[in-house]
Amino acid sequence: MCGLGGIFNREGRRIPGDDIITMARMMRDRYDGRGGGFAGYGIYPKYAEYYALHLFFRDEEAKEATEEFLKDRVAIIKDEEVPMRSIKEIPKENIVWRYFVEVPHRFKSRKDCAALEEDYIIETVFTINDEIDGAFVASSGKNMGVFKATGMPDDVARMYKVEKYKAYCWITHGRFPTNTPGWWGGAHPFNLLDWSVVHNGEISSYGTNRRYLEAHGYKCRLLTDTEVVAYLFDLLVRKQGLSLRTAAIALTPPFWKHIDRMPEPKRSIYTALRMTYAPAMLNGPFAIIVANRDTMVGLNDRIKLRPLIAAKSGEFVYIASEEAAIREIQPELEKLWAPRAGNPVIARLHDDVREEVIH
Amino acid sequence: MVRNFPPDFVVRVDKEACINCLRCVRECPFGVHEYDKEKKKWKRHHEKCVACLRCAYMCPTQAISIERSPMEYSPHPVWTNRVRKDIKTQAETGSVILTAMGNELPYLNYFDHLVLDACQVTNPSIDPLREPMELRTYLGRKPEKVDLDEYDGVELKTKIAPNLKLETPIMFAHMSYGSISIEAQLSMARAAKEVGTYMGTGEGGMHRDLYPYADHIITQVASGRFAVHEEYLKRGAAIEIKIGQGAKPGIGGHLPGTKVTAEISETRMIPEGSDAISPAPHHDIYSIEDLSRLIYALKEATRYKKPVFVKIAAVHNVAPIAVGIIRAGADAVVLDGFRGGTGAAPQVHRDHHGIPIEVAIASVDQRLREEGIRHWGSIIASGGIRSSADVAKAIALGADAVYIGTAALIALGCTVCKKCYTGKCPWGIATQVPELRKRLNPDEGARRAANLLKAWSHELKEILGALGLNSIESLRGNRDRLRGVGLSDVDLEVLGVKPAGR
Repeated sequence: MCGLGGIFNREGRRIPGDDIITMARMMRDRYDGRGGGFAGYGIYPKYAEYYALHLFFRDEEAKEATEEFLKDRVAIIKDEEVPMRSIKEIPKENIVWRYFVEVPHRFKSRKDCAALEEDYIIETVFTINDEIDGAFVASSGKNMGVFKATGMPDDVARMYKVEKYKAYCWITHGRFPTNTPGWWGGAHPFNLLDWSVVHNGEISSYGTNRRYLEAHGYKCRLLTDTEVVAYLFDLLVRKQGLSLRTAAIALTPPFWKHIDRMPEPKRSIYTALRMTYAPAMLNGPFAIIVANRDTMVGLNDRIKLRPLIAAKSGEFVYIASEEAAIREIQPELEKLWAPRAGNPVIARLHDDVREEVIH
Repeated sequence: MVRNFPPDFVVRVDKEACINCLRCVRECPFGVHEYDKEKKKWKRHHEKCVACLRCAYMCPTQAISIERSPMEYSPHPVWTNRVRKDIKTQAETGSVILTAMGNELPYLNYFDHLVLDACQVTNPSIDPLREPMELRTYLGRKPEKVDLDEYDGVELKTKIAPNLKLETPIMFAHMSYGSISIEAQLSMARAAKEVGTYMGTGEGGMHRDLYPYADHIITQVASGRFAVHEEYLKRGAAIEIKIGQGAKPGIGGHLPGTKVTAEISETRMIPEGSDAISPAPHHDIYSIEDLSRLIYALKEATRYKKPVFVKIAAVHNVAPIAVGIIRAGADAVVLDGFRGGTGAAPQVHRDHHGIPIEVAIASVDQRLREEGIRHWGSIIASGGIRSSADVAKAIALGADAVYIGTAALIALGCTVCKKCYTGKCPWGIATQVPELRKRLNPDEGARRAANLLKAWSHELKEILGALGLNSIESLRGNRDRLRGVGLSDVDLEVLGVKPAGR
């Protein structure tokens, strides 16, 4: 059991972290204090063109080793300690540092330089997580950052001063871990490049998904099933170019009995997607919110075994595990609904919010 | 010399119950029961009894029981009774010992040391009676990704290679017409069609009675090339090139001329009464590139409309061989483990060549993934699959689907007496003798074969539900949902499975 929340401003107007903290606090009985976190998009406008790496270091040694490694790989434009309050509720077990970095110019002349750059950053992240003892990359996107730790979400927020950041998209997570130990890196959101994921539930297909991702060069080393969600979105949407709607069909496809009744060419398309992406299908009870720089998506498993509520009010779109979390920050709603199992709710910048009907 | 060779079984007859109807004499194809009408005396040839139990179940007064012979050689752990009997047999005949069905030696059965996970609290189990539960499986090549044109309507730009659509991941293995009767084949063909799966022809061609079920039949091209012609290839749903078989890796096959009846001769396209010899290798395949040529020759002949599978016996180097087969253009590789059955094999090959199917699945699946080509072809596992649990474990290890041979025959009445090679199957399955064939009614056989598939499919759904999954593809290669009990570290590493408790 976990509590999820997301706030998205469709016009890209940035709001401080207070509302998302309130949202998290409203779902107090969904978590037990062994993990809380936030991701904000639009928080670093001054450094928007650089990859913002949020890192956890167990000690100075890990930090030095990481910096030694980073120096050779990327240009560090700026680095600083992430401002933090000392609070008694959460013992500070990590040094938290952020680096604004640029990929060396060697890719610039290439036509596909953006993709190459992103792959390069991913490789950098995987290498740090995998090979440098005591170092962990919490987030690696542009103009965004993840703030997470072992603790209650509002304590985590207080520790990181989340209320001082302004973002047009916020997501949050309060954790009640049942399958892996609580550690700072294991708290949600999980992030890779621009993708951040918060997840309530269990990916029972984890073994299948992980081995599919490993065959595509991803390294699943975080001891948790949630990371595969972030990597699957990265693979399907960023690398293979599927739309978010199509990616949702791949990840939570309709049942065959429904596909069999579809008219052509829809049936062939859905069949092709299910056949091809069978090892990517997410199975088990889950509700997830996925965000990237211009989108927020809410998605349930195919038989909706975990709660997920969506709502809209003017420029704002809200997604949460509980209605109360939304009503508390915005009592006046144009629309509030429970999305159908397997249908993604997609909110985009400068666009409307839609529940895509795939089921 | 005294023939000091105790029988395996003894026939016990309750003389009070026996009514001398001679039914047992007619039922036993091996001549165990003999009645001297003049002297009104019975003689039971215990040494000929194979414990098929046909007479016991056909006796109208249930007067017959078959028991293990109490007479054995003095016990010895190394020179077992079987070893001593084999030596005596060979001393007598100077021949290779022929046998049937699968490996009999007590090698470790990995399936029995693997356990499945189940949901408790944190992930709810799913009730298949209330929620949809999907077993559909596609066999064949899948694209790396799907390209859609989403601007002007939605258009599928990726071409999907031909795949077989299975409604349950269980198929009937290749057992040829010749090795088994047309009634047995018909039973499986009807069941396959009813359940939405497939059966294999084996090397014996496709008898015309099977034509109505041809869209649920996989044709086979083996080293004897019996029956292979354009119409045959086009008629089936897929084509399988048989390189090897788990029960007898590295050797060919031999259907004696006495079994090549008029109908078999017509179906196999060979002269009546001639021996049908399948050479050990295909004499046009001496390398992987030769195999590739045959794969593409078959694809050309069928206009690229049929998937082409390649079946090999699981042997030591199975992973690189299977990878080579997939790279050579096969749409699926069939792995036949060393417990795989056969109608006839030299005992030495059946019991001592090849490796278990579980480790073969694990290593082939892993190697294909390491090379990034797992989606190029499917893995079909066979050889010793006994239950829905074995199916689930094979799929969790990485198989896409399984073939069942022995289990299917048991459903048709087989009692695994291991005398298929004699052609005198008492249950009318592995025989061409008209009187024996009559013992298997294909209507009844089809019902039982279909029931077996339905029962296992039902159990697979229950297994998936307990695992909290609602589709078989989420179990495929999901070794996280398996744990090993009583396996060594090395075994676990090869299987890619954690020990129970971790």
